[in-house]
Formats: sequence, structure tokens, C-alpha cells
Amino acid sequence: MDQLYFAAEVMVNGLMTGVMYALVALGFVLIFKASGVFNFAQGVMALFAAMTLVGIQQGQIPFAHLINAVFGTHLHNFGWTVPSLLAILLTACVMVLLAFLIEKLVLQHLVGQEPIILFMATIGLAYFLEGFGDVMWGAEIKALDVGLPQGISDTVDELTLNWLGYGFFIDRLDIWATVIAALLVTALVLFAQYTKQGRAMRAVADDHQAALSVGISLRFIWVMVWSIAGFVALVAGIMWGTKSGVQFSLSLIALKALPVLMLGGFTSIPGAIVGGLIIGVGEKLFEFFAGPLIGGATETWFAYVLALIFLVFRPQGLFGERIIERV
Amino acid sequence: MIYREAGDFKTGYRADGQTFPIRLDRWGYYAALAVAFGIIPFVINNYWANAVLVPFLIYAIAALGLNILTGYAGQVSLGTGGFMAVGAYAVYKLMTSFPEVSILIHILLAGGITAAVGVLFGLPSLRIKGFYLAVATLAAQFFLVWLFNKVPWFYNYSASGQINAPTRTVMDIAVTGPTASAPAKYLVCLVFAFALAWLARNLTRGSLGRKWMAIRDMDIAAEIIGVDPLRAKLSAFAVSSFFIGIAGALLFAVYLGAAEVGEAFGINKSFLVLFMIIIGGLGSIFGSFAGAAFLVVLPVLLKNVFVGGMGWPTDLAAHIELMIVGLLIMVFLIVEPHGLARLWSLAKEKLRLWPFPH
Repeated sequence: MDQLYFAAEVMVNGLMTGVMYALVALGFVLIFKASGVFNFAQGVMALFAAMTLVGIQQGQIPFAHLINAVFGTHLHNFGWTVPSLLAILLTACVMVLLAFLIEKLVLQHLVGQEPIILFMATIGLAYFLEGFGDVMWGAEIKALDVGLPQGISDTVDELTLNWLGYGFFIDRLDIWATVIAALLVTALVLFAQYTKQGRAMRAVADDHQAALSVGISLRFIWVMVWSIAGFVALVAGIMWGTKSGVQFSLSLIALKALPVLMLGGFTSIPGAIVGGLIIGVGEKLFEFFAGPLIGGATETWFAYVLALIFLVFRPQGLFGERIIERV
Repeated sequence: MIYREAGDFKTGYRADGQTFPIRLDRWGYYAALAVAFGIIPFVINNYWANAVLVPFLIYAIAALGLNILTGYAGQVSLGTGGFMAVGAYAVYKLMTSFPEVSILIHILLAGGITAAVGVLFGLPSLRIKGFYLAVATLAAQFFLVWLFNKVPWFYNYSASGQINAPTRTVMDIAVTGPTASAPAKYLVCLVFAFALAWLARNLTRGSLGRKWMAIRDMDIAAEIIGVDPLRAKLSAFAVSSFFIGIAGALLFAVYLGAAEVGEAFGINKSFLVLFMIIIGGLGSIFGSFAGAAFLVVLPVLLKNVFVGGMGWPTDLAAHIELMIVGLLIMVFLIVEPHGLARLWSLAKEKLRLWPFPH
């Protein structure tokens, strides 16, 4: 019986991890739907957002390392700290600026190129942003704290202990992440369905040329979508950063979001959520049952292999649009 | 006249179809070969071999392999690092299990084993394409690295989990292990790079290469005109993995000497080789060499400028290097999606008309 409860606990924790994957995957889907760009840099954007947030919060001087190296100074901090909420707002502004620059300097020049060229361009963007973030804020591992509750939730532990006779250990941060992710998804769906800009965004996603011909500005929509993706990256960055510190491995989570997308389909927001949950639960359960038999640490590849096997049978993913090809 | 086809009379189809139709190009090619085989081995020192020439030749082989798959057959792969690891571990197991067999044969066999693994992971390409496939190849990357980390048989149960290349000789000269000299390492890599480049060039202009390119340009249309996508795609995976496996074997046995799989063959290696073919030129033999040279020399150069010249800390220089590489990728994709190879052929076009362009 205990074994069963333990498996259930692993599963619940997997669900929570899945929510985090879904958060990153969401950013991918948004950009992919609106601009057909498969944005490999999404994970690095989350890392960059988290770094910027910590930097602003703690009053770090941007490029301090570079300035010190060039001018031989010893700058480090402005000597003030910024309240969390203000810092988040400022970081959101930075992400919007970033979206604008990406559109202006990169995407605009790549309109009409093949998707795979755009994909490779975003790999370049990922490298650039990673180096840029490190030069701007320093590469050391930083702790991120914006006041989200952390630690094992006593309430859940007690409740389940009373009901089932077995206390579930669930991180409070994971619960909050789930709530925030749910709110974010609801807000995005409402935005896409009921606002003028949201409708324009869906129109662009459907057909670029038709959208242009009814007077929708493609460039505005793209900047907007990349800004939203930047904001989603910020939220994901806050969650992951609080959980495991702001460090390079954060950007590898983006890679985990890829199999999530392949399961869910590149074009579907619910797909991203469901895919994230399946991957999260799947890899935790697989590690729990099969990990000890074959050496453990299966989480590094399970998601990819699952997606690979899945794709062979259903190439468009669970909720993706059917792929129809003509000569 | 200089650099003209005019006056260079071809008397048969073979001469007409040759790789370098212009006499000056041909001479340049022979001169480059003469320098590479005849002069460099005598003047090479350890620094040049280890920092520039040996990694350049090895990565050129890997880039050739990836270029066959991505540039010619149009199947994007992010699993290069994993396939290089297969080559490295295959050659390690062969070297330690059959010490009496020549290392050159081991390296070729390692390529063959990698080709088999490549075909296995290439199977999904029959169903999926584009970046779906790119992500699917990530499965190969992560799974293979995990496998070599977790199964002790692959690293002969060594306590550190590392693999170390023992000393092996070719004609009584050590080419692997700590006693190998710089000219020996260089020559082994050069022979492989030369032979494989020749092979790649002739495969890609033959019927197999045309099938690959037809699949790349539009697979459904290719299928309709009679190209079997199963054989074309899987042969591309096999040939590409063969090259990459040899590159991995050379990287481990000749260049590194000791390797830890996650560090030496991680996802970053996959990206590095992908960047080489983007910068060098997709679908070009020359581009594979140019891209490899560029990305091998660039970090050395930047390190010399920033750390040696300006006295910056190494970590800052490393971050700036990341920025520059990322920036270059984007600039190349925007300005010249066909890479250095295209710039080179444009220059040749211009040279053909010079000095009277009209």
C-alpha cells in the first residue's frame, strides 16, 4: 500500500514538474503559431530574464565585469536594492525591448526564408543571448527570491496523513507554480479569443498574407508575440530560478520543452499543457520504476525517446493540425 | 590568360566533368596537397598541431559528415555529439579488445559501427521531417551519452568512468597515446580527411548524391520521379554517421587521448558542428573545411587577442566568444545563407571576368 502511495506521490510531483515544462513550452507555441518561427532561444530567454531580474533586484551594475576589465575599475553594485514587484516590471520592459530588437535586427531580414533557416537563426540567437547575459550580469550561480513560498507544504502533508494515513511531500513552490501557470494560460486564452490584438494574432497565425491584406501589421504582431513569449519566459525563469537557482542549466530546460511540444503538437496551447504533464509524470514514473534497474538518471533522455516513439506513430502530435503535403 | 577556362581544352567526358575545371584551381589544389603532405609534417610543432591543425582536420571530417546529412540530404541532425561518442567508444573497445589489429582498421570499423547506429536513429526520418526530426535526433544525443555513462562495459569498468587511449602504432610510429608525436597525429588525421573528402565529393556528384539532393529539395516530388526515400534517407544517415564516427574516433584516440562522454561529446559538440556547416556553407565540401577552419581558429584567435593581448580574464573572453559566435551565425544566415563557400564561389566568378567585367 505504501508503495502505491509513494508512486502516487511521485506522480503528483511529476505533474508539478510537467506544469513547469508546459510553461516553457507555452512560449514556443505562441511564437510558432504567430510567426512560424521555432524559437530555440526560448530557454535562454528564460535564463536571461531571470538573470536580469536578479541583477535589477540587487542593483548590480550591468557589464560591470567588462567595464572593470577595460578600464581597470572595481565596480560591482549600485548599492541599492529594488523591490521585487518593481524589478519584475522593469524586467518585463527589458523583455519587450528585447523582442523589439529581435524583430528589428533579425526576423525582419529573414522573412520568407525556410523554417529550418529561421530555426538555426534562433540557435545563433540563443548563443548570443547566453554570452550577452553572462557579460551583462556575470555567470555565477545566483539565488532568486521574489517572495514566493518555498519548502514542503505542511497543510498537504497533514491533510493526506489524516485522510490516507500517508503524508504527501509536495513543495509549496510547485503548488504556486501550478496556480500561476493556470492563471497565465487562462489569461492567454482569453487574450487570444476576445481582444482585438488577440484576434489579429490568430489571423496572422492562420495566414500571413491574408492577414496583411486585411490591414493587420505583421511587424506589430510579431513584436507583440515575442514580447508575450518574453513575459512567459520571465515567469518560467522566476519559477525555475527560485527552484534551482539562476544558472546555465536553466536554458537546458528549454530542450526538455521540445519533446513536450512534439507530444502536444507545435500549434496547440492545450497540447503544450497536456504534453508537459505527460512528460513530467512519465519521466518521474519511469525513473521510479525502471530507473533502479538500468542505472538511474533516465530523466535526461526519457522525454526525447518517448517523443520519438510517439512521433513515429502520430507525426503531428496529440493536438496538432494534420500535416498535409502536396507537390 | 590567368584564371580562364579558355585555352584549357578538354578532350573527353572525364576531363569535362572534373572537380576543378580551371587550370589555376587545379594547380592550387595540388599545391595545397603538396604543402599539407610534404611540408607541414616536417615543420609542425606541438602547439600548432594541438591548437589548430589536428582539431581542424577532425572537425572537418565531422562537418563533412553532417553536411552530407543536412546540406545534401536535408535532414537536420542535432545528434552529432552522440554519434561521435559512438565512434569514440567503438574505437576504444576495439583498441583494447584486439590490440594486435592496426589502429587504422579500428578507426574504419568504428565508423562502420557508427553508421549502423546512425541508420537505427535515422529510421524516424521516414515519418517525420524538419525540426521534428531535429528534436528526434536529440533523443540519440541524450540517450547515447547516458548509455556510455551508465553501462560500465563501454569504459571497461574503469573507476573514473573515463576512457584512455592506449599507445598504438602505424608502421612502428606511435599515433595514439601520450607518446605520439605531433607530425604522426597530424598525418593520420590528414590521410583520413583527404580520403573522406575525396569520397564525399565523388558520392555527392554521383547518382546517390543526386538522390539525396532530390530528397532535400522536395521529398514527395522526389518519390514521384522514382527516388526511393527509404534508401536515400537511410543511406544519407549511414554515410554521414560513418564520417562522424571516424571523426569521433580520431577526436578521442588521436587528439584528446582521454575522454569523459558528457564533457567531450555533449550537446554543445552537436551545435559546434552544425555551426561549422552553417558558416561554411550547407551542401558544399569546401564549406565543410572552411567552416571547421573558421570555428577552430576563431576561439584561438579571440583568446590571443582578449586574454593575451588585452589582459582580460578568461571567463569574460569565453562569454564574448559565445556572443561573437551567435552573432556570426545570425549574420551569416541573414547576409549569406550559403556561407563561406558561396562567398568563395562568388569571388571565383568575379575572378573569371576580371579585369574586364563587361
